[in-house]
Amino acid sequence: MNIAFNIAAIVAIICTIMVVTRYNIMHALLYLVTSFMAVAVIFFTYGAPFIAALELIVYAGAIMVLMVFVIMMLNLGGESAGEEKKWLRPRVWVFPALLSLVLLAELIWLIYSGTYVSNKEIKIVNTKEVAMSLYGPYMLAVELSAMLLMAGIVGAYHLGRQRKKIIHRFLERSDR
Amino acid sequence: MNLPPMETGLLLAGILFMLGLLSVLIRRNILFMLMSVEIMLNAAGLAFIVAGARWEQPDGQVMFMFILAMAAAEVSVGLALILQIYHQLKTIDSDAASKMRQ
Repeated sequence: MNIAFNIAAIVAIICTIMVVTRYNIMHALLYLVTSFMAVAVIFFTYGAPFIAALELIVYAGAIMVLMVFVIMMLNLGGESAGEEKKWLRPRVWVFPALLSLVLLAELIWLIYSGTYVSNKEIKIVNTKEVAMSLYGPYMLAVELSAMLLMAGIVGAYHLGRQRKKIIHRFLERSDR
Repeated sequence: MNLPPMETGLLLAGILFMLGLLSVLIRRNILFMLMSVEIMLNAAGLAFIVAGARWEQPDGQVMFMFILAMAAAEVSVGLALILQIYHQLKTIDSDAASKMRQ
Protein backbone atom coordinates (compact mmCIF):
# COMPACT_ATOMS: atom_id res chain seq x y z
CA MET A 1 0.00 0.00 0.00
CA ASN A 2 2.85 2.36 0.79
CA ILE A 3 4.43 1.79 -2.63
CA ALA A 4 1.11 2.52 -4.35
CA PHE A 5 0.74 5.62 -2.21
CA ASN A 6 4.22 6.89 -3.08
CA ILE A 7 3.82 6.33 -6.81
CA ALA A 8 0.38 7.99 -6.86
CA ALA A 9 1.66 10.91 -4.80
CA ILE A 10 4.58 11.52 -7.17
CA VAL A 11 2.25 11.29 -10.19
CA ALA A 12 -0.18 13.73 -8.56
CA ILE A 13 2.53 16.28 -7.78
CA ILE A 14 4.11 16.06 -11.25
CA CYS A 15 0.72 16.38 -12.98
CA THR A 16 -0.24 19.37 -10.85
CA ILE A 17 3.09 21.07 -11.63
CA MET A 18 2.36 20.45 -15.32
CA VAL A 19 -1.10 22.03 -14.87
CA VAL A 20 0.48 25.12 -13.35
CA THR A 21 3.11 25.49 -16.06
CA ARG A 22 1.27 24.62 -19.29
CA TYR A 23 0.45 27.31 -21.84
CA ASN A 24 -2.19 25.35 -23.75
CA ILE A 25 -5.33 25.08 -21.63
CA MET A 26 -6.43 21.77 -23.14
CA HIS A 27 -3.14 20.11 -22.15
CA ALA A 28 -3.45 21.57 -18.65
CA LEU A 29 -6.97 20.15 -18.37
CA LEU A 30 -5.83 16.65 -19.36
CA TYR A 31 -3.01 16.80 -16.82
CA LEU A 32 -5.57 17.88 -14.23
CA VAL A 33 -7.69 14.80 -15.00
CA THR A 34 -4.61 12.61 -14.47
CA SER A 35 -3.89 14.38 -11.21
CA PHE A 36 -7.44 13.71 -9.98
CA MET A 37 -7.03 10.03 -10.90
CA ALA A 38 -3.82 9.85 -8.88
CA VAL A 39 -5.59 11.45 -5.92
CA ALA A 40 -8.34 8.83 -6.29
CA VAL A 41 -5.67 6.12 -5.92
CA ILE A 42 -4.48 7.88 -2.77
CA PHE A 43 -8.03 7.85 -1.36
CA PHE A 44 -8.11 4.12 -2.07
CA THR A 45 -4.88 3.54 -0.16
CA TYR A 46 -6.33 5.44 2.80
CA GLY A 47 -9.23 3.01 2.95
CA ALA A 48 -11.95 5.09 1.28
CA PRO A 49 -12.88 3.23 -1.93
CA PHE A 50 -16.30 4.87 -2.26
CA ILE A 51 -14.75 8.32 -2.09
CA ALA A 52 -12.22 7.25 -4.73
CA ALA A 53 -15.11 6.30 -7.03
CA LEU A 54 -16.85 9.61 -6.30
CA GLU A 55 -13.65 11.50 -7.08
CA LEU A 56 -13.41 9.78 -10.46
CA ILE A 57 -17.09 10.24 -11.32
CA VAL A 58 -17.66 13.78 -10.14
CA TYR A 59 -14.26 15.49 -10.36
CA ALA A 60 -12.51 13.69 -13.21
CA GLY A 61 -15.78 13.02 -15.00
CA ALA A 62 -18.47 15.65 -14.59
CA ILE A 63 -16.57 18.79 -13.64
CA MET A 64 -13.80 18.26 -16.18
CA VAL A 65 -16.31 17.54 -18.97
CA LEU A 66 -18.05 20.82 -18.09
CA MET A 67 -14.75 22.67 -18.42
CA VAL A 68 -13.96 20.92 -21.72
CA PHE A 69 -17.33 22.05 -23.08
CA VAL A 70 -16.69 25.64 -22.04
CA ILE A 71 -13.24 25.61 -23.64
CA MET A 72 -14.80 24.25 -26.83
CA MET A 73 -17.51 26.94 -26.73
CA LEU A 74 -14.95 29.69 -26.28
CA ASN A 75 -12.79 28.25 -29.08
CA LEU A 76 -9.65 28.40 -27.00
CA GLY A 77 -6.68 26.20 -27.70
CA GLY A 78 -3.60 26.73 -29.81
CA GLU A 79 -3.95 30.42 -30.58
CA SER A 80 -4.40 31.49 -26.96
CA ALA A 81 -1.25 29.62 -25.92
CA GLY A 82 0.99 32.38 -27.26
CA GLU A 83 -0.94 34.95 -25.28
CA GLU A 84 -0.58 32.79 -22.20
CA LYS A 85 3.16 32.53 -22.80
CA LYS A 86 3.36 36.30 -22.98
CA TRP A 87 1.51 36.63 -19.67
CA LEU A 88 3.57 34.07 -17.75
CA ARG A 89 6.97 35.73 -17.56
CA PRO A 90 9.47 34.94 -14.78
CA ARG A 91 9.00 38.46 -13.43
CA VAL A 92 5.38 37.52 -12.78
CA TRP A 93 5.77 34.14 -11.15
CA VAL A 94 9.06 34.22 -9.17
CA PHE A 95 7.90 36.30 -6.22
CA PRO A 96 4.53 34.50 -5.68
CA ALA A 97 6.38 31.18 -5.97
CA LEU A 98 8.83 32.24 -3.25
CA LEU A 99 6.00 33.39 -0.99
CA SER A 100 4.05 30.17 -1.38
CA LEU A 101 7.23 28.12 -0.84
CA VAL A 102 7.69 29.93 2.47
CA LEU A 103 4.11 29.05 3.42
CA LEU A 104 4.69 25.41 2.41
CA ALA A 105 7.90 25.21 4.47
CA GLU A 106 5.99 26.57 7.45
CA LEU A 107 3.26 23.98 6.92
CA ILE A 108 5.78 21.11 6.69
CA TRP A 109 7.46 22.31 9.87
CA LEU A 110 4.08 22.42 11.64
CA ILE A 111 3.12 18.92 10.43
CA TYR A 112 6.39 17.29 11.44
CA SER A 113 6.86 19.12 14.74
CA GLY A 114 3.72 17.57 16.26
CA THR A 115 3.97 14.27 18.09
CA TYR A 116 1.33 11.64 17.61
CA VAL A 117 1.05 7.86 17.68
CA SER A 118 0.77 6.34 14.24
CA ASN A 119 -1.71 3.52 13.78
CA LYS A 120 -0.29 0.56 11.96
CA GLU A 121 -3.30 -1.34 10.68
CA ILE A 122 -5.36 -0.05 7.83
CA LYS A 123 -9.01 0.14 8.79
CA ILE A 124 -11.46 0.73 6.02
CA VAL A 125 -14.15 3.15 7.12
CA ASN A 126 -16.84 1.39 5.15
CA THR A 127 -19.56 3.06 3.20
CA LYS A 128 -22.29 1.96 5.58
CA GLU A 129 -20.78 3.98 8.41
CA VAL A 130 -20.45 6.98 6.13
CA ALA A 131 -24.07 6.65 5.01
CA MET A 132 -25.34 6.26 8.59
CA SER A 133 -23.43 9.37 9.55
CA LEU A 134 -24.51 11.28 6.44
CA TYR A 135 -28.22 10.63 6.96
CA GLY A 136 -28.06 10.75 10.73
CA PRO A 137 -26.27 13.65 12.40
CA TYR A 138 -25.46 15.40 9.12
CA MET A 139 -29.04 15.38 7.76
CA LEU A 140 -29.38 19.16 7.94
CA ALA A 141 -26.13 19.63 6.05
CA VAL A 142 -27.33 17.23 3.33
CA GLU A 143 -30.48 19.29 2.90
CA LEU A 144 -28.46 22.49 2.84
CA SER A 145 -26.15 21.12 0.15
CA ALA A 146 -29.21 20.11 -1.88
CA MET A 147 -30.37 23.72 -1.64
CA LEU A 148 -26.88 24.86 -2.65
CA LEU A 149 -26.98 22.66 -5.75
CA MET A 150 -30.43 24.03 -6.61
CA ALA A 151 -29.12 27.56 -6.26
CA GLY A 152 -26.19 26.59 -8.45
CA ILE A 153 -28.49 25.32 -11.19
CA VAL A 154 -30.69 28.41 -11.07
CA GLY A 155 -27.67 30.72 -10.95
CA ALA A 156 -25.96 28.99 -13.86
CA TYR A 157 -29.15 29.15 -15.93
CA HIS A 158 -29.69 32.80 -15.13
CA LEU A 159 -26.10 33.82 -15.83
CA GLY A 160 -25.70 31.69 -18.94
CA ARG A 161 -28.83 32.97 -20.65
CA GLN A 162 -28.22 35.01 -23.78
CA ARG A 163 -30.23 38.18 -23.65
CA LYS A 164 -31.67 39.12 -26.97
CA LYS A 165 -31.20 42.78 -27.70
CA ILE A 166 -34.49 44.18 -29.03
CA ILE A 167 -33.55 47.64 -30.09
CA HIS A 168 -34.35 49.14 -33.44
CA ARG A 169 -31.79 48.42 -36.10
CA PHE A 170 -31.21 52.12 -36.81
CA LEU A 171 -30.54 52.73 -33.13
CA GLU A 172 -28.19 49.81 -32.79
CA ARG A 173 -24.77 50.72 -31.43
CA SER A 174 -22.02 49.92 -33.86
CA ASP A 175 -19.11 49.53 -31.44
CA ARG A 176 -20.01 45.96 -30.44
CA MET B 1 -1.45 -3.80 5.32
CA ASN B 2 0.07 -0.60 6.53
CA LEU B 3 -1.70 2.68 6.36
CA PRO B 4 0.48 5.32 4.73
CA PRO B 5 1.60 7.69 7.50
CA MET B 6 -0.60 10.65 8.22
CA GLU B 7 2.21 13.17 7.82
CA THR B 8 2.89 12.05 4.26
CA GLY B 9 -0.75 12.45 3.26
CA LEU B 10 -0.97 15.87 4.89
CA LEU B 11 2.31 16.82 3.22
CA LEU B 12 0.89 15.84 -0.17
CA ALA B 13 -2.27 17.83 0.53
CA GLY B 14 -0.12 20.83 1.47
CA ILE B 15 1.99 20.58 -1.68
CA LEU B 16 -1.10 20.31 -3.91
CA PHE B 17 -2.74 23.24 -2.12
CA MET B 18 0.44 25.30 -2.52
CA LEU B 19 0.57 24.56 -6.26
CA GLY B 20 -3.08 25.58 -6.65
CA LEU B 21 -2.49 28.80 -4.70
CA LEU B 22 0.57 29.58 -6.79
CA SER B 23 -1.41 29.03 -9.97
CA VAL B 24 -4.18 31.37 -8.78
CA LEU B 25 -1.54 34.00 -8.03
CA ILE B 26 0.39 33.84 -11.30
CA ARG B 27 -2.26 33.15 -13.93
CA ARG B 28 -4.21 35.82 -15.77
CA ASN B 29 -6.42 33.45 -17.76
CA ILE B 30 -9.64 33.21 -15.79
CA LEU B 31 -10.25 29.57 -16.77
CA PHE B 32 -6.85 28.60 -15.39
CA MET B 33 -7.77 30.37 -12.15
CA LEU B 34 -10.97 28.32 -11.88
CA MET B 35 -8.97 25.11 -12.45
CA SER B 36 -6.56 26.14 -9.70
CA VAL B 37 -9.45 26.65 -7.31
CA GLU B 38 -10.48 23.06 -8.12
CA ILE B 39 -6.95 21.87 -7.27
CA MET B 40 -7.11 23.67 -3.93
CA LEU B 41 -10.55 22.24 -3.07
CA ASN B 42 -9.31 18.77 -3.95
CA ALA B 43 -6.28 19.21 -1.69
CA ALA B 44 -8.52 20.28 1.18
CA GLY B 45 -10.66 17.18 0.60
CA LEU B 46 -7.53 15.02 0.64
CA ALA B 47 -6.60 16.45 4.04
CA PHE B 48 -10.11 15.58 5.31
CA ILE B 49 -9.81 11.98 4.04
CA VAL B 50 -6.37 11.53 5.60
CA ALA B 51 -7.56 12.83 8.95
CA GLY B 52 -10.68 10.67 8.77
CA ALA B 53 -8.57 7.57 8.09
CA ARG B 54 -6.25 8.43 10.98
CA TRP B 55 -9.05 8.71 13.54
CA GLU B 56 -11.15 5.98 11.91
CA GLN B 57 -14.23 8.17 11.81
CA PRO B 58 -16.63 8.59 8.87
CA ASP B 59 -16.81 12.37 9.31
CA GLY B 60 -13.87 13.02 6.99
CA GLN B 61 -15.57 11.23 4.12
CA VAL B 62 -18.85 13.03 4.84
CA MET B 63 -17.02 16.35 4.68
CA PHE B 64 -15.45 15.31 1.38
CA MET B 65 -18.90 14.73 -0.07
CA PHE B 66 -19.96 18.23 0.97
CA ILE B 67 -16.80 19.64 -0.62
CA LEU B 68 -17.69 17.70 -3.78
CA ALA B 69 -21.21 19.18 -3.90
CA MET B 70 -19.83 22.64 -3.23
CA ALA B 71 -17.22 22.27 -5.99
CA ALA B 72 -19.86 21.16 -8.49
CA ALA B 73 -22.12 24.15 -7.71
CA GLU B 74 -19.16 26.52 -7.74
CA VAL B 75 -17.87 25.28 -11.08
CA SER B 76 -21.24 25.57 -12.80
CA VAL B 77 -21.81 29.13 -11.59
CA GLY B 78 -18.19 30.06 -12.28
CA LEU B 79 -18.28 28.74 -15.83
CA ALA B 80 -21.54 30.59 -16.51
CA LEU B 81 -19.89 33.77 -15.24
CA ILE B 82 -16.84 33.14 -17.44
CA LEU B 83 -19.07 32.69 -20.50
CA GLN B 84 -20.84 35.93 -19.66
CA ILE B 85 -17.54 37.78 -19.21
CA TYR B 86 -16.32 36.41 -22.53
CA HIS B 87 -19.44 37.56 -24.33
CA GLN B 88 -19.18 41.02 -22.82
CA LEU B 89 -15.44 41.64 -23.08
CA LYS B 90 -14.31 39.19 -25.80
CA THR B 91 -11.36 38.08 -23.71
CA ILE B 92 -10.71 35.80 -20.74
CA ASP B 93 -8.01 38.01 -19.29
CA SER B 94 -9.04 38.53 -15.68
CA ASP B 95 -7.56 42.05 -15.68
CA ALA B 96 -10.09 43.10 -18.31
CA ALA B 97 -12.89 42.36 -15.84
CA SER B 98 -11.45 44.50 -13.07
CA LYS B 99 -14.11 47.14 -13.64
CA MET B 100 -17.74 46.24 -13.12
CA ARG B 101 -18.71 48.19 -16.23
CA GLN B 102 -16.54 49.01 -19.15
